[in-house]
Amino acid sequence: MYVRKGLRAACIGLAAALTATVASAQTPKRGGTLVYLIPADAPPSFDGHRETTYATVHTVAPYYSVLIRVPPDDPSSTTKFVCDLCTEMPTPTDDGKTYTFKIRQDVKWHDGSKLTAQDVAASWNMITFPPKGVTSARVSYYAMVDKIEAPDDHTVVFHLKYATTAFLPALADPFAWIYKKEILDKDPHWYEKNIMGSGPFKFVSYQIGQSIKGVRNPDYYHKGEPYLDAIEGIFAAKQSVRVDALRADRAAIEFRGLPPSARDQLVKEAGKDITVQDSDWNCGNILTPNHKRKPFDDVRVRRALALAIDQWKGAPALSKIATVRTVGGIVFPGSPLAATKAELEQMAGYWPDIEKSRAEAKRLLKEAGAEGLKFELLNRNVDQPYKFVGTWVIGEWKKIGLNVEQKVVPTGPWFQNMRAGTFDVAMEANCQSVVNPVLDTGKYLPSKVYPENYGYYDDPKSIELYDKMQYETDPKRQRADMRAYEKHTLDTMAHEIVLPYWYRIVLSRSYVKGWKISPSHYLNQDLANIWLDK
Amino acid sequence: MTVITPGPAAAAIAVDPQTWRQRTWAGSVLDFCRRKPLGAFGLAVVLVICLAGGAADWLAPFDPEENDFSAMMQAPNWLHLLGTDQFGRDIFSRLVFGARTAMIVGFGAAIGGGMIGLVLGVTSAYFGGWIDLVFQRVLDVLMAFPLIILALAVVSVFGTGVFNVIIAITIPLIPRCGRVVRSSALAVREIPYIDAARALGFGHARIVLRHMIPNVLAPFLILLSAFVGQAILAEASLSYLGLGVQEPVPAWGLMLQGSAEDYATTAPWIAIFPGLAIVITVLGFSLFGDALRDAIDPKLRNR
Repeated sequence: MYVRKGLRAACIGLAAALTATVASAQTPKRGGTLVYLIPADAPPSFDGHRETTYATVHTVAPYYSVLIRVPPDDPSSTTKFVCDLCTEMPTPTDDGKTYTFKIRQDVKWHDGSKLTAQDVAASWNMITFPPKGVTSARVSYYAMVDKIEAPDDHTVVFHLKYATTAFLPALADPFAWIYKKEILDKDPHWYEKNIMGSGPFKFVSYQIGQSIKGVRNPDYYHKGEPYLDAIEGIFAAKQSVRVDALRADRAAIEFRGLPPSARDQLVKEAGKDITVQDSDWNCGNILTPNHKRKPFDDVRVRRALALAIDQWKGAPALSKIATVRTVGGIVFPGSPLAATKAELEQMAGYWPDIEKSRAEAKRLLKEAGAEGLKFELLNRNVDQPYKFVGTWVIGEWKKIGLNVEQKVVPTGPWFQNMRAGTFDVAMEANCQSVVNPVLDTGKYLPSKVYPENYGYYDDPKSIELYDKMQYETDPKRQRADMRAYEKHTLDTMAHEIVLPYWYRIVLSRSYVKGWKISPSHYLNQDLANIWLDK
Repeated sequence: MTVITPGPAAAAIAVDPQTWRQRTWAGSVLDFCRRKPLGAFGLAVVLVICLAGGAADWLAPFDPEENDFSAMMQAPNWLHLLGTDQFGRDIFSRLVFGARTAMIVGFGAAIGGGMIGLVLGVTSAYFGGWIDLVFQRVLDVLMAFPLIILALAVVSVFGTGVFNVIIAITIPLIPRCGRVVRSSALAVREIPYIDAARALGFGHARIVLRHMIPNVLAPFLILLSAFVGQAILAEASLSYLGLGVQEPVPAWGLMLQGSAEDYATTAPWIAIFPGLAIVITVLGFSLFGDALRDAIDPKLRNR
């Protein structure tokens, strides 16, 4: 049976690869309307600077431009970045502390006015130095930025406090949409409820909880794009509705990702009419023991929790039923800064001999007086993959005699519990957009440095190791520093337990061409390069 | 106490009162089965489910919570009689332990809600006046919400887990029991022996507990049997909605959650068997409750 399943998976992979190859060789056709699914009820607001959810990106990204981005034809690359509004990628000067961008002169806002470097600088100043009363969700990404200025209408200069490899990936943030300076000056909250950009599509209408519609922007500056006449995003929070819509061809694609069961079902039923694209996902669940609560203040207990979990056997099995797949450390496995398998195997929770690992876990628990420990695992009421992974982890812990009850709560109370510190161990996720390990791994810093860390620990050594890694610009030395920071976090102190990374499976009707999957559901969502082979 | 005099044909048996009582009990059951075959079927289902829940540790061939990735989504076979789920857990074992969860929640909520409703209903009827008025308006408010909606609201306040689910289902059952019991108690209150008890100087508690409650037990027991089925269904619904008991605790509604949609075509047994268990159990309690009502209610006894 496994051989058959393996062959099927191989066939699907081969078909996806062939489809991608053929698609790239085909000449794009113009026209048509793309109906796509947005797996949410509605975005919390239209403002990308403020929000952190795909619900906003999938709804609004086609109407906006960004300064730089991951290459739309190679969005899986973790190191390449290309211009969107700039004319060429700059070479840093001043020992890597100054980046000068030349802005295109052929860009028009959807209201017909001309986009200038002043608009770009104003938007980035709003993101990096938000005025009082304005929320910028990723402001911490830009701690290295000292000043942003536009000396003329076609130049934007970023002055950094220190040189860092984290700057360019942070600049390619897919939420960093360029807004019109004139509007921002009048009302910095205007973009929360309104849409007016310079992207490939012009906004037409929005019905809350139902759909958002746009039409082709004839003045789009990337000549020839977009290929589509119109787009329509349909809001469908329930997975079964989305699967049914794809099955019945009422919608052509869902960009976030569906579980393996949906893939198998649709591929079985629709055959070649469904195309599958899959990718490792820069997103993964992590287990956070609450260091404020006993006995999780004891490193022996935290290490035992990690040592009980058989990641190497669990990950491939879970990948058949849940949207997870690849075992990794604190760095996304596709990145050059990620640990190799041999390096991972040196840390608690990754030992190749699980029996030895669990024996050590039992020994540590006994030594800490925590044998048969009973506690609660706080989890989010989201099936894929939170609850699946939670159920698996509890099974693993049971094997060392732990008695764990799963407390599943909706997203709001889940955050509240973590922020209030009212939990024993929490199932969290670390989801990022552009693969930027230096910033992505900030999540594992103590909460006094990184407020969204809910472990409630203080650890000066951890901050010291992170800073050393952050300021290092030599890739080899930075990689070694990252290993030291990772080993300290996951093994020596066992502050957190990183579980298998998510795996993204995007299903589309086979007539949808041009779009390529990336390691993040936030990336490559302006839909400019999509065309319909009908 | 009722005195039954055996006829001449039964004289030999009547020598041993213990044997006579046993025969009468067995005879009553047989008579019930003969006259109410559907009710007997319901009773059998109830007994089997109770037995399964009680003896789950001996009946289940596998640990219901142990993941076995080498046996994921296996169709029913000789080793796993009802197949395995997405985590490789034996579905038969989870169903048997799920029966225990269903019984704990079903009986816990039904008895809890029933007892509180009984006391409130009888007290309300006995005292009348403003106490009755206040009690009934409170019950009106609670009755305005459908059972599952009120249970959802309660569970969202108290959180998930077996104990909280019992509380969540108990609360909506209280007014349903209280209202029915009150109407029976109102009739009992007017019977002269209650006045006689008052005249003799008995306290309120003694009159309510010794003289009124025993006389409203018939409708109460019938309600109770219906409540168990309702509570099991409510528990399954809450678990299906993700607000009841949580993984990996074996519970029928939880077994349906997610699996029904995700594996409906690839591994239908994951959803079919817990679904069947819920249907058969609720049907069993419903049929048994109907038959019990017919047997206890003098108006329906001979139909």
